[in-house]
Amino acid sequence: MFDFIKKLFGPEPSSVTARERLRLVLLSDHLSLAPDVVESLKLDLIEVISRYCEVDIANCDVTFEQQEKQVAMLANIPILGMRSRQAPRAPEPPPAPAPPPASTSPAAAQSTAQPQPSSPKAGAGTGAPRRRRRRKPSGGVNPAPQAT
Amino acid sequence: MHDVIPQGATDAPPKARGRAIVVTSGKGGVGKTTTTANVGAALAASGAAVVLVDADVGLRNLDIVMGLEARVRHHVLDVLEGLASVDEALVSDKRVPSLKLLAAAQTREKDDVDTAAFRDLIGTLRDRFDYVLIDCPAGIEMGFANAIVAADEAIVVCTPEVSAVRDADRVVGLLGDGRKVQLIVNRVRPEMVRKGKMLSVDDVNAILRLPLLGVIADAPDVIISTNKGEPVALDAASPVGSTYRAIAERISGTRSDEPELPREKSFFEKLFGGR
Repeated sequence: MFDFIKKLFGPEPSSVTARERLRLVLLSDHLSLAPDVVESLKLDLIEVISRYCEVDIANCDVTFEQQEKQVAMLANIPILGMRSRQAPRAPEPPPAPAPPPASTSPAAAQSTAQPQPSSPKAGAGTGAPRRRRRRKPSGGVNPAPQAT
Repeated sequence: MHDVIPQGATDAPPKARGRAIVVTSGKGGVGKTTTTANVGAALAASGAAVVLVDADVGLRNLDIVMGLEARVRHHVLDVLEGLASVDEALVSDKRVPSLKLLAAAQTREKDDVDTAAFRDLIGTLRDRFDYVLIDCPAGIEMGFANAIVAADEAIVVCTPEVSAVRDADRVVGLLGDGRKVQLIVNRVRPEMVRKGKMLSVDDVNAILRLPLLGVIADAPDVIISTNKGEPVALDAASPVGSTYRAIAERISGTRSDEPELPREKSFFEKLFGGR
């Protein structure tokens, strides 16, 4: 619809329209997904992320981009702030000092659970290094990174 | 396997096997048959032994484009079913003696083709010819499956249209990774591309990502030549004909430069009807 209006009023050549139509049609061909499925995937993604962050829903954008031999999903989801809900979750991770349970927990849970035990020890640590550390333990399994 | 192909049909000394190349597109009407006829004619004109096999059973057209329709006595199903020998069914092109045609059956259906027998037939032809060009039917059903089964190379013909590119993309996927697949972009109008009114060759190949054999202009020469049943590739004066000859040279490996894009007619060419 938007494309149609642009074609009517804008000076945009029809080959641009053809390119865009081609891109979209091949996308759904390659994914075997109908466009409405992509839309509901976007809404589901927003819903999940909204549990942890405040999301700028109006400016969310989920697209698929054709790369060498595959299609990549690019999600641009602006974060307005963190949900205060994280606080009540904080007490949960500390009673689990054993590293194995932490590493076996799903990735989404890990990302919110991990920073809590590390921040009290490395109080001066900034946000950036903390993020980096978070990735290491998932590969290294040991609780050592917390001591840093 | 039933004995559909008479042995000893060849009296030539044994030589390296020829190349079996299927010309396909998915979408109909993009110029598969015209491409098969002209690429075949150009290869044969350069001295290679070429056989064109029309795999479009039920809708045979290659004989028409080649101008050989009056001389077809037997067709590919006659050969597969043992009613005629390969030699009886092959039609020689009088303009280029090394060019032969094996016509499709007009009154039969694609499902009548025995896949294994067809593969064997192509194998036999590869022993006798340098190139076996198979004109694939449109679609991706049985006729397509039969046409590609014995080919180890493919030429995908695509026009600069959304539907053609989409179908070509599908066909490239179906051809798999085991074949050498190359592209001919057909019916390009350089002036429209310049004005942004037509997808460019780059637009098409940004999707298909295939080695480019050549770009054919949407030129009156092609229509006129099919009207007459004389492949434009044999017309020394035609620019489109020379593009087909360049494609043939890229296929045979005697040429490796980047394919040229069709150029626009100059004002005077338009004025004097130059081609």
